[in-house]
Amino acid sequence: MPSTLGQKLWDSHIVRTAPGEPDLLYVDLHLVHEVTSPQAFEGLRLAGRHVRRPDLTLATMDHNVPTRGGARAADDLSRKQMDVLAENCRREGIPLHQIGSRRQGIVHVIGPELGLTQPGMLIVCGDSHTSTHGAFGALAFGIGTSEVELVLATQCLPQTRARDLAVTVEGDLPLGVTAKDVVLGLIGRTGISFGQGHLVEYRGSTMRGLSMEGRMTLCNMSIEWGAKAGMVSPDDTTYAYLERRPHAPRGAAWDLAVDYWRSLATDVDAVFDHEILLDATRLEPHVTWGTNPGQVAPVTGRVPEPLTDTDVRALRYMDLRPGTALADIAIDRVFIGSCTNARLEDLRAASKVIAGKHVHPKVRAMVVPGSATVKRAAEDEGLDAIFKAAGFEWRNAGCSMCLGMNPDILAPGERCASTSNRNFEGRQGAGGRTHLMSPPMAAAAAVTGHLVDVRELL
Amino acid sequence: MQAVKRVTGRMLPLDRADVDTDQIIPKQFLKRIERTGFGPFLFYDWRQAEDFVLNRPEHDGASVLVTGANFGCGSSREHAPWAIRDAGFRAIVAPTYADIFKANCYKTGLLAVTLPDSQVRHLMDLALEDPSAQVTVDLEKQEVRGDGFAYRFEIDAFARENMLGGLDEIGLVERHQSSISTYEAQRSAWLPAVK
Ligand code: SF4
Repeated sequence: MPSTLGQKLWDSHIVRTAPGEPDLLYVDLHLVHEVTSPQAFEGLRLAGRHVRRPDLTLATMDHNVPTRGGARAADDLSRKQMDVLAENCRREGIPLHQIGSRRQGIVHVIGPELGLTQPGMLIVCGDSHTSTHGAFGALAFGIGTSEVELVLATQCLPQTRARDLAVTVEGDLPLGVTAKDVVLGLIGRTGISFGQGHLVEYRGSTMRGLSMEGRMTLCNMSIEWGAKAGMVSPDDTTYAYLERRPHAPRGAAWDLAVDYWRSLATDVDAVFDHEILLDATRLEPHVTWGTNPGQVAPVTGRVPEPLTDTDVRALRYMDLRPGTALADIAIDRVFIGSCTNARLEDLRAASKVIAGKHVHPKVRAMVVPGSATVKRAAEDEGLDAIFKAAGFEWRNAGCSMCLGMNPDILAPGERCASTSNRNFEGRQGAGGRTHLMSPPMAAAAAVTGHLVDVRELL
Repeated sequence: MQAVKRVTGRMLPLDRADVDTDQIIPKQFLKRIERTGFGPFLFYDWRQAEDFVLNRPEHDGASVLVTGANFGCGSSREHAPWAIRDAGFRAIVAPTYADIFKANCYKTGLLAVTLPDSQVRHLMDLALEDPSAQVTVDLEKQEVRGDGFAYRFEIDAFARENMLGGLDEIGLVERHQSSISTYEAQRSAWLPAVK
C-alpha cells in the first residue's frame, strides 16, 4: 500500500502492536536536558530501575546555563539542576555535554551538528521543539517527564497513531523572505492548534530549495501550530549536510544508509488526511503582534482590529493599538538566538544586514549562538567581529532569552525583536513583550530601533 | 500513579482559550527537581491581578478546572499538570487540549476530559452563576454530570484503563521485554550510538 514518509517512519519503529492498544515504538535517540529530566531520573532510582540504552541517550545543559561570565550559574537552583543532571549522567553512564565543553549547546542544535540526527530515526526529548529533527526525515517529537522516565527505562514509548497532513509550499522565496516567514505565514493562516494529532510533512519545490538550517527552522515551529511532528523528506541536501559529521555512517555503511534513506520518501499515490497549499512567491517578511505565534502579519501591515477575547487581551498585554503600522513599533531589545534561528546560516544572514552599520542607540542587542560549535565556526568566519563592531553582545551558547531561565531576561514593559519561537506573555521575562521574526528582520530592527521591513536595508 | 475513578467538586471557570504552559507555570519555577511544590506558582503572573478568577474566594477549594480550547499549548513541561494537581485540581474540562499536555495529564492522573464547546460553555456559566455548584467527572462512566445534566465524553481507552487501575506504565511496557529485545536485534548496524 502506498505510504507517507510519516507512516513509513512510524511503521519501521513498531516493537509491538495490538488491537485497542497504542503501538509500542522504539526510540533511536533520546535527548535529555537539565530541566525536564531530574524527576524522571529520580523516579527510576526510587523504583530501582536503570537506563536501558545509555548509548542511545545524550544529555546537554542548555536551558538555564549562563551565557557569559564562565560556567557558574547565577542562582543556586540552576546550579543544583545542572549538578543533578551531571550526577544522573555519571551514575547511568550517559554522555553529557557539560556547560563549558566544546560540544555543549541547545539540544536541538547539537543533535544535527554531531550527525546524530539522521533520516529514518525516531527521536524524542522532554522538549516540545524536538520536532526540529524532523528536518532530516526523522520522526521526532516532544514528550513529558513521565515519558522521559519511560524511555530511559525501556527505550520505548506507547503512542497512538497520528494522522497525515501535507503542507506543500511551491516557488522561490522572494528576497528578504526566509523559512521563518514561511512558518509564521503558515501559522497566521492555520491558527495555533490546527496541527493537533498530525504528522506534518513539509513538501514542494520550496522545501527542496531550502538548506537544512531552513528546514530545521520550519520543522522546529511545527509545535507552534499544535502538530505532533513536522518533517521533510531527505534528499541530496540532507546527505551533503550529514556526510562526514562525527556520528554519520562511513564507508560501506554510508552507502547502505543512503539507499535506505532514499526509500523513505512519500509514495506517489499516498494520500494525506489534509493538505495545505502555500505560494512561497507571494510571502513577505512576517512579525508577530500578539502573544501567540498565530497573531502574526506581514511587516508591511498594521496591528489588526481584535476579533476575539484572546486578541483583546494580547493587544492590552503588548500595549498596541489597532491600526498602528507594524513598522512604527519601537523596540528596546533584540535577541538573535534559540533552537529556531541560532545556527551558522542564521548568524550569517543577520550579519549581512548589520555589516558596516550600528545598533540603534536606544536598543540593546545580543547574539546567543545555538551551540559552542556554532560559536567557534562563526568566530572562524569573523562574524563575531561584525556583530561586536555593530554594538551587539556576543554570548556563549544556550537557550538564554528564548525562555529566560538564566539571567538573560526582558524587564517588565521592554519590547524585543526576537528570532525565537514563542511570544507568550512573559516568555522572555515577566511583563516583557516579544515580536517574533527572522534573523535578518531582527538585525534590521536592531539597526533602525523599530520593527522594519528588512528589504529596505538590503 | 494513584488510581482515579471519579472527581466530585466545585468548578473554577477560567474563561480563556489557548492558555499556554508558560502561563500555567512560568519558567522561573521550573528549577525544582521534585514533582511537588508547584501549586503556589500556578498561573503566577495572572494571579498578580487581584480579580483573577483563582483569587476569588467564592472559588476557593474548587477541584474541577473548566477552561477554553487548546488548553496547555506550548512547552512540554509536565510541571504544568503537576502545578494544577498541586493546587488542588483533580480534573479539567475543556473543548480541546494540546497533545503533549493531554498526555502529561494522563500520566499524572489528572482527568483532562473533552466536551463540545456548548457543554463547556454551560459548565462555565454555571460556575460563574453559582460557584457552589458541584459536578462529578466520572471516568468509569465517561460522563460529566451535575444537577439536571449528564454529558458523555470520549477518552482514549488505554489511558482510561491505566488511570482507573492506577497502573505503572513502565511496568506494563517492561512486560514486552522479549519484543523489545527482538526489535533491538534487527536494528540497522549504521544507526548511530552516542558512545
Ligand atoms: S531555545 Fe528555547 S525553544 Fe529551544 S529548547 Fe531552548 S528554551 Fe526550548
